[in-house]
Amino acid sequence: MNQWKNFTKGFLKENPVFVLLLGMCPTLGVTTSAINGMGMGLATAFVLIMSNMVISLIKNFIPDKVRIPAFIVVIASFVTIVQMVMQAYVPALYKQLGLFIPLIVVNCIILGRAEAFASKNSVLSSIIDGIGIGLGFTLALVILGSVREILGSGSIFDYKFVAENTKTILLFVMPPGAFIALGYLIALVNKIKKSV
Amino acid sequence: MAKIESNFKNMVLTLLIICGVAALALGAIYNLTKKPIEKSKLLKQELAIKNVVPEFEIIKTFKYKPDDGEDSLIINNTYKNSNYVGTAIETYTDKGFGGRVKLMVGFLPNGCIYNIEVLELKETPGLGTKMTEEKFKGQFKNKNPKNFKLIVKKDNGDVDAITAATISSRAFCDAVQRAYNAFVKFGGNE
Repeated sequence: MNQWKNFTKGFLKENPVFVLLLGMCPTLGVTTSAINGMGMGLATAFVLIMSNMVISLIKNFIPDKVRIPAFIVVIASFVTIVQMVMQAYVPALYKQLGLFIPLIVVNCIILGRAEAFASKNSVLSSIIDGIGIGLGFTLALVILGSVREILGSGSIFDYKFVAENTKTILLFVMPPGAFIALGYLIALVNKIKKSV
Repeated sequence: MAKIESNFKNMVLTLLIICGVAALALGAIYNLTKKPIEKSKLLKQELAIKNVVPEFEIIKTFKYKPDDGEDSLIINNTYKNSNYVGTAIETYTDKGFGGRVKLMVGFLPNGCIYNIEVLELKETPGLGTKMTEEKFKGQFKNKNPKNFKLIVKKDNGDVDAITAATISSRAFCDAVQRAYNAFVKFGGNE
């Protein structure tokens, strides 16, 4: 397969959030601000790349009937590693995302890519797939987080551009706002996808 | 290379090996990160204490379990040149909109609140999270809960609640009140 295509498909054509609609729980939960979205996206991307690599390395040694538990153990190990490393070296970000890090284990993007891609393709393709999908997921989370932060808090990446007491659309930082913003973004992405 | 057959022996062996390797890797990482994690936790704690009481040299820490709560409060009496200069109390409330809220409240020897730091909260972003802002928590500074009712104005108290986050504001007051009760009992005593 063309590796470049393999890499770029995660951004638009097979974007996990806007097109595949996978991993909605962390997507809707953490994107109250752009920086949260980015942290969650990068943590997920790291786990995805590592688990894709390991799973495609060991795919031939795993009997078919126990592949899912084997994948889950691999993914859970990487998630725990991310959690401990974050807690040790970036406690501020960990404080923000703490609750959602363990949820990466059951993020269907990661298991989905393991099952649909890494268990059938070479190590290199799997790593590239992981990077592409991971960055695509990060991009989607940053966009959604930015939209919600701009509308809901009047700031972007914690940089406030409205006056102290300006009334912002608080709905967008609350859960219903996540669904509304996501709905409009999906519609927009569908439109863009049709035109390219 | 052919796939390994899914018979009982193979399945058990594979899973065993994978789990073993994962356990080893996690153990190694745990040992590596244990110290930095403890250090950053301790640092956070110390920084919070420093932020809520005046300059000090010695901390004397002990725990106290209030009758109306599940967990202990952590009381830090601070001293400078063997003079008692203030008390930082790690307090909590379970009345938050999103559950537990943890605060560090600093009292001066005369009972006035010196400063308050939010340690942990799960409140609604953009609403309840405003309790970390100076605009809200600043109103407690230099107030003595003896004659400053730690109740929101809506409930006939003295505290200006956060707009659209009355429950979070009430929770904040509850935690401060709990800290004050402990302070009255233990502030300056050992």
